[in-house]
This record gives sequence, structure tokens and C-alpha cells, in this order.
Amino acid sequence: MTDRNGAGADPEHCPGCGRPVDECGGCTRALDPPRFCTRCGRRLTVAVTPGGFRARCRDHGPVAAPPAA
Amino acid sequence: MSGDSTATPIRTTVSLSAPNRARSAPARRRIEISSADARARIDAAETALLDERRLLTTAELASLAELPDQWVTSLAALAHQVRLEWCGPEVEVEGILSAKTGGCPEDCHFCSQSSRFDTPVKATPFLDTDEVLQAAEETKALGASEFCIVLAIRGPDERTLGRILELVPQVRERTGLNVAVSAGLLTDDQARRLAEGGVHRYNHNLETSRSFFPNVVTTHTWEEREETCRLVRDHGMELCCGALVGMGETDEQRIELLGQLQELDPTEVPLNFLNPRPGTPLGDEQPVPPWEAIRWIALFRLGLPGVILRYAGGREVTLRELQSMGMTSGINALIVGNYLTTLGRSADEDLQMLDDLRMPVGALTGVL
Repeated sequence: MTDRNGAGADPEHCPGCGRPVDECGGCTRALDPPRFCTRCGRRLTVAVTPGGFRARCRDHGPVAAPPAA
Repeated sequence: MSGDSTATPIRTTVSLSAPNRARSAPARRRIEISSADARARIDAAETALLDERRLLTTAELASLAELPDQWVTSLAALAHQVRLEWCGPEVEVEGILSAKTGGCPEDCHFCSQSSRFDTPVKATPFLDTDEVLQAAEETKALGASEFCIVLAIRGPDERTLGRILELVPQVRERTGLNVAVSAGLLTDDQARRLAEGGVHRYNHNLETSRSFFPNVVTTHTWEEREETCRLVRDHGMELCCGALVGMGETDEQRIELLGQLQELDPTEVPLNFLNPRPGTPLGDEQPVPPWEAIRWIALFRLGLPGVILRYAGGREVTLRELQSMGMTSGINALIVGNYLTTLGRSADEDLQMLDDLRMPVGALTGVL
């Protein structure tokens, strides 16, 4: 089961640079929030707060939490 | 994120595991110094700071900066003792919020929020009041005594200043936290209104020395920043004036900055280490090596014995496993949780570290 943002599905775009995953070797850093939608590669609206972050894609809605490390 | 204020924030508990491990810049070479000479330099600094209780000159600081790596632990031990005697054992904990992110017209080469660089950070308008209050409550829950509202702007226009002046009393009434603001360059009248509006502390960083500044910022001058710092003090707010280490400046330029900070006499100095951001002109720099960072934490404390010296951005990627050593090298405050556009390690880890070090959390107000 997946939500609108595709949590649970294989990502199609890198959350760090927005490029298709087969073009990006993985540039996301552990201390960066997602910046691009993994469904469409569009830039996310991100608010970083002291205790967390909220990220939202214009087309695909809120970004779900990453899986626990 | 207008309209998204009810969304549950994603809690971040970041583990500093291998994927985050950045390579550090090469260690700097230093001249050979005999053990007797090194001990004499440290002894002289100890006498000045603990017995004579005076500031070190920039020449004395430069002589300490020359010490080889094996003397860093001695510098750190002295810095810790100086911090305890000048400031006491308390550690001040602060949370910060980027209330207006990205789209900044300035060209600070280290910053992912400049509109002049193609970075992954999307510009977003001033957060809703509810979102700011929610972030302040998060900060309170993390054990902090201070909350800083930060805006990525050159300076506030009238509408922005009005929003800040609305928010400050609301945050204080809702949470009881001291409220700090960082909103760029100020005019005399703006500084007065912020002070009258209850802003406890105003942040405006010099970032680097006067001589190096034009290498990293061209849209405003070091002197403009200095002028805002002076206005903050003139109007009775506490001055928070930080540094960013690791942009390519020399040791001499770091010492120059310490002398310039001594002249400004801020209450607080947040000590940032460059976390190279993709898309910025400094995006390909490498972080300061951890041992070098410890050296400079100690030197900042020795140069600024009475300030609140705060762990700030970049400490996770720079210091890696040496976080607690920084706390015993002169640091007496930290930003807890996340930063403006990047995440920090978990607040629980930091609070556990302070507990393990037997360092009490408390509010600080500068030189005793």
C-alpha cells in the first residue's frame, strides 16, 4: 500500500537532487531533509523545525517519514 | 508552508552512521616548537586569564595557534578551566527556527538560502504564527531556555518587522522562552523598535575576519555587519555575533576575527563550522578536520573568555565522534535539535551528553 507521495513504493527520483534514481548514485546526506519529491522530482516545500521537519510536494502532498535507521 | 500548520512534523533522530561521514580537509602544517616553549606559551596564557584575569592579545593568541597538534589537549584543558572560572558550569540550550527560508538576495558563498545559487532549498514565505508557536513549543520541550527566530533576508522591511514584533511577545507568553531574532542588517530605528519589542538577543554574525570577508560575500560589506552589531548593543539588546570557520581563511585571519570580536564584545558567539552545501560556491570545500576544530574551539574560548560560546551549525559533520570533547574545550552552549535547513543529531543525545559530563542546563547572560 502506498500513499500519494509514494511511501512504500520504490522511489523514482533522488530526494537530494531530484534526478531519476538511475542517474543519481545517491547524493542524499544523513543530515539533510528530503528536498525533492521521490515520485516526480519536483522541489519540495520544506520547513525544518527544532524537533523535526515538514515537507510537501505540490502534486503529491506531504512526504512520509523515512524508514527508521 | 502556509496552510500546512496542522501537519504533524516528522521527528528526526539522526544517527551519525557511515553515509554521513564526510572527508575532512587536510591537516594544516605547523612549525616545530620545543616542549619547553610550548609549555611556556600555555603557562603565560593561564596566568593572564586566570590570575591577571585579562584578555589575551592577538599576538598571544597567534602564539597559541602555532602549537603543534600534540598540544591541543593542553589548550583544551586550559580553555575548559577558563570557561568554568569566567562563566560557571551551566550550559545554555537554544532552539532555532528558519521562519522565512530561501530567496535571500545576498550572495554569502556558504549559504544554501541565497537566491543567487542553484541549491535544493526552495524559497518559502514567512511561516504562519501557529507554525512559529508550534516550533517554539518544540524548543521548550527539548529543554531549551532560548528560541531564535531566523529570517533569510538582507534586512527587514516594514511588514516583516511588524510580523517579528507581533511574534516575539506571543512566543514569550506561550512558552516562557527568551526570544532572540536574526533578521539581517538593521537601521537604527529598527534596532530600537526590536529592543522595545522585547527582543532579548539579536543575532548578526561577522562570520569571518574583515580581511577575508570580501572572498565570501560581495553584496554587503563587513563594515555594514559591524554597524548592525553596534546598533544592537547601543539599543540594549544582547549581541549574538558568530563565526563560520572553514571557508578557506588562514589561521592569521581567524586570529584577526578573534581580535575583532574582542572589540565588539558580544554576549554570545555561535561557532559554526562549514558544512559545504550543494550548489553554493563553497559546496566543494571539505569540512575542518575534527582535531583542528577542537583546537579552534579552545582558541575561541581563550580569546573570548567571558562569552557564551555556542556549538552551532556544522558540528556533526565536522566533529563527528568528538562532540563531548568540544564541551570540555570551552563550549558552554549549544543549539539543540535541527538547524535552519539541515538536521542535527537528536536532542536526547545532546542532553545525555550534558548529563554524562555533569554539566547543568541553565540560562546564561554573558560575562560574570
